[in-house]
Amino acid sequence: MYEFEFSRPTGMQEALAAVAGGAQPLSGGMTLLPVLKQRLNMPDAVVSLTAIPEMKGVKAEGKLLTIGAATPHAVVAREAAAHYPALAKLAGGIGDPMVRNRGTIGGSIANNDPSACYPSAVLASGATIRTNKRSINADQFFEGLFTTALEEGEIITAVQFPIPLRAAYVKFDQPASRFALTGVFVAQYSTGVRVAVTGASDNGVFRWTEAETALSTRFTPEALGGVSLSPAGMMRDLHGTPDYRAHLAGVLCRRAVAAAI
Amino acid sequence: MPKDGIGAPTKRREDLRFLTGNGRYTDDINLKGQLYAHFIRSEVAHGQLNSVSTTAAEAMPGVVRIFTGEDFVTIGSIPCGWQVTDRFGAPMQEPRHPVLAHGKVRHVGDPIAVVVAESLAEARDAAEAVEIDITELPPVLDMKAALAPDAPKVHEELTSNLCYDWGFVEENKSAVDAAFASAAHVVSLELVNNRLIANPMEPRVAVGEYNAWDDQSTLYTTSQNPHVIRLLMGAFVLGIPEHKLRVVAPDVGGGFGTKIFHYAEEAFVTFASRQLKRPVKWTSTRMEAFVSDAHGRDHVTKIELALDAEHNFTALRTDTYANMGAYLSTFAPSVPTWLHGTLMAGNYKTPLIYVNVKAVFTNTVPVDAYRGAGRPEATFQLERLVDKAARELGVSPIELRRQNFIKPDQFPYQTPVAVVYDTGNYHATLDKLIEISDHAGFEARALESKARGKLRGFGIAHYIEACGIAPSHLVGQLGARAGLYESATVRVNATGSISVFTGSHSHGQGHETSFAQVVADMIGIPATQIDIVHGDTANTPMGMGTYGSRSLAVGGSAIVRATEKIVNKAKKIAAHLLEAAEADIELKDGKFSVAGTDKSVDWAGVTLAAYVPHNYPLESLEPGLEETAFYDPSNFTYPSGGYGCEVEVDPETGEVTILAFSAADDFGNIVNPLIVEGQVHGGIGQGIGQALLEHAVYDDQGQLLSGSLMDYAMPRALHVPFFRVDHSSCTPCTHNPLGVKGCGEAGAIGSPPAVVNAVIDALHRGGYTGIKHIDMPLSPARVWAAMQNS
Repeated sequence: MYEFEFSRPTGMQEALAAVAGGAQPLSGGMTLLPVLKQRLNMPDAVVSLTAIPEMKGVKAEGKLLTIGAATPHAVVAREAAAHYPALAKLAGGIGDPMVRNRGTIGGSIANNDPSACYPSAVLASGATIRTNKRSINADQFFEGLFTTALEEGEIITAVQFPIPLRAAYVKFDQPASRFALTGVFVAQYSTGVRVAVTGASDNGVFRWTEAETALSTRFTPEALGGVSLSPAGMMRDLHGTPDYRAHLAGVLCRRAVAAAI
Repeated sequence: MPKDGIGAPTKRREDLRFLTGNGRYTDDINLKGQLYAHFIRSEVAHGQLNSVSTTAAEAMPGVVRIFTGEDFVTIGSIPCGWQVTDRFGAPMQEPRHPVLAHGKVRHVGDPIAVVVAESLAEARDAAEAVEIDITELPPVLDMKAALAPDAPKVHEELTSNLCYDWGFVEENKSAVDAAFASAAHVVSLELVNNRLIANPMEPRVAVGEYNAWDDQSTLYTTSQNPHVIRLLMGAFVLGIPEHKLRVVAPDVGGGFGTKIFHYAEEAFVTFASRQLKRPVKWTSTRMEAFVSDAHGRDHVTKIELALDAEHNFTALRTDTYANMGAYLSTFAPSVPTWLHGTLMAGNYKTPLIYVNVKAVFTNTVPVDAYRGAGRPEATFQLERLVDKAARELGVSPIELRRQNFIKPDQFPYQTPVAVVYDTGNYHATLDKLIEISDHAGFEARALESKARGKLRGFGIAHYIEACGIAPSHLVGQLGARAGLYESATVRVNATGSISVFTGSHSHGQGHETSFAQVVADMIGIPATQIDIVHGDTANTPMGMGTYGSRSLAVGGSAIVRATEKIVNKAKKIAAHLLEAAEADIELKDGKFSVAGTDKSVDWAGVTLAAYVPHNYPLESLEPGLEETAFYDPSNFTYPSGGYGCEVEVDPETGEVTILAFSAADDFGNIVNPLIVEGQVHGGIGQGIGQALLEHAVYDDQGQLLSGSLMDYAMPRALHVPFFRVDHSSCTPCTHNPLGVKGCGEAGAIGSPPAVVNAVIDALHRGGYTGIKHIDMPLSPARVWAAMQNS
């Protein structure tokens, strides 16, 4: 780690000023800290977003669940359980207790790791990402591998999830990191079913539209009978081939539907 | 008899300090004026090292000195402790192994330069200003390709990348080939024993200290064998005589073999502290450990079994390529040869065996002993092959084993691969395994799994290992450049308490508990009166350390011999005090008495007399009560056992879940059953790790893809079931005084083939009968791919 100036403001304006001045925003640090430790990044200043009250907490209002960007996974696992159990379960299955008590939802989706869990929930829920500047629909937010619609100096303040009728997330662990080797989030709304797949594609989280169409007609595992995902564009690494990941997406999607109904 | 003597399941006394955070590890040692070393390591697998420019870096804040390979040109090569002789009688090819690379870099992680600075941060800052010019060369990675005549050479001074071509028993080769030619059945299997990285919880650390006023060097290091390090580094690398070099290995957080070896970093901090006249400390990061700790396994093998018409094994033939990595680590040549070929008989009476091993240099991290060292490789190929034979012949794998086992009345048993098994009863351990694994209920459980859409399988493996390493004269003939005795000094204090100084190092084995139980039992005093001291060459007699499940069998036997001397002398003192003949003195429950009388003196009365010798036979007996013994075993010990694994395979994902694991071991006599059980648990855990999860993988450029815990999968609690462990099948070792055989490695040896056999069984039961073998680790992706291809 190189030397840098560190601040942990309690007010949003102070934090935004720091970011505007070039400071690197830090939330739970689950990705940024290892990168800094390995000296792969050299910010002059780092500003922590974790002491700003309005960026923290879980709040349910009607059919909308709002989660402050700096809310750790463990808090979501606990406090979202009554409102959006599938999301709470996803949060409770990320990493290990240390990760869940440090890592935050905002940090996870801003990083958009292609194997992270949260992007699948955000995309499958059609959530709205609120930033200091605007609101971004999930469909416009995730732009590819470690890439999002966030602009320079823009930080996520909260994520608003429309609460689905039924939903479930099923993840198949990469055995070392316990990120998703492949993970599928299925959410049923009155307007239709949304399916998001993480861990599989070379291009990060994506919506599986064929599965959505099939499940919007009939929300059962059997409805996926004729649906399969092409291995083209899927990831290849030590832990799985494109064929395997495409196959897993199908298996996990069926299991997610079974868990949801 | 003390209640905490031999056989008592005493809780480990050392756990009090470990579990309360009071262990004292090497990284806890910080010396006044200490400097910090940061190693700059090669980022390429193979390259010409053209220049290392340190000028700019030397001007950076806090930098004290930057060392490069030039500084070590006149310093000794890191030595190899074992010389293997090849099939043709020639010694192995043995390249120079410099402390820091010079002229070439030979693997990712090869150390090129070291910055020594006032702080670690300053050392790392300066390291970025060191300019290194390397011309990349094509890397040598695949072992068979490495032996092609036009392959690039890892070491220019050698004739090829072949370290040795070893045949064993060479004289049997034609008879073995003839037996195959006339066999009724031949079964063969090609397999890979996957490369592993030990990953002890505590990474390696070394602190060098030098006192100029008495020319005394001290090395604090994470080692399983401080005396071995003192000898190798002192005599062969740095030229420091033993009386001027002290090596301390304090609490060590797991070794698993990877902390046996003498490493460049140890020699570096010792050398640098002498040059700079200040202590120098190096602490490995976890990622540095991946590319600098010796790796394990990495064999590619073809094995063939010949059987007669009645399914008796008639001959066995193997052909193995063993990866040495870029340099010869301390005991690397012995692992695929004498620790592997000699075990190829397994538990079977196969009369003819021929083992060929080609050891190969590649541009990868050196490979050396890892828990089991050679014996897991032997057991895995043999037990996979026997299972495959049973499947091909349509017979029960249990019955095929039983039919070919050495029978209980055939011991001692001379195998065709040199070793003589002193005792064993393989039928008994197999029977016990079948009992504790509830094999009879398996079919019902398989049906229950099937109803849930899962494939259940049962696999067994039987193992033999050679432990208690080892008779010095024998290993000397086999190429060891060391003796393999063990030492002990038993120092009885005036009031009767005892300090035992042992050459066996403890880094998780619980010696401080079990060794005390041995002495307590022999004298008849509570174990709490006895402390075990180890890990410091300044206060323990020359000892060879801990590996090869040898500590109790060899180190414990040395303690027994020293304690016998103590008891003999104490009896002389007691005879004097009791005015009786020495022959009439009996020691029981810590009390000396005259046979047939009520005259007695207790232990403390005798020990006090030894140190306050007022009423004492000074004319015939020295005062004091302290004895040393060196014990050199007359044979290896041969623990054996039967392991059973029950798995469920998810046919949709290929995921393997271990539902039950049973181990029926014969470790000979047991000193502490609780510790033995724990050792078996840990060993099985590591074996399951090898079978299902762990794999060190290089890409075609020699970059380690599984270079961190994000990609190298270690077993977790969720991967292992509750174990059923039994060690009631006991055939005591005949040649050591405790009758013990050793238990440290068994779990890691016996479990991988049991797991793989169980998975293959499950797949066959599920109709995937085309699957003959899947190479470890049996990851979900690999199992699924095998199902798609079957």
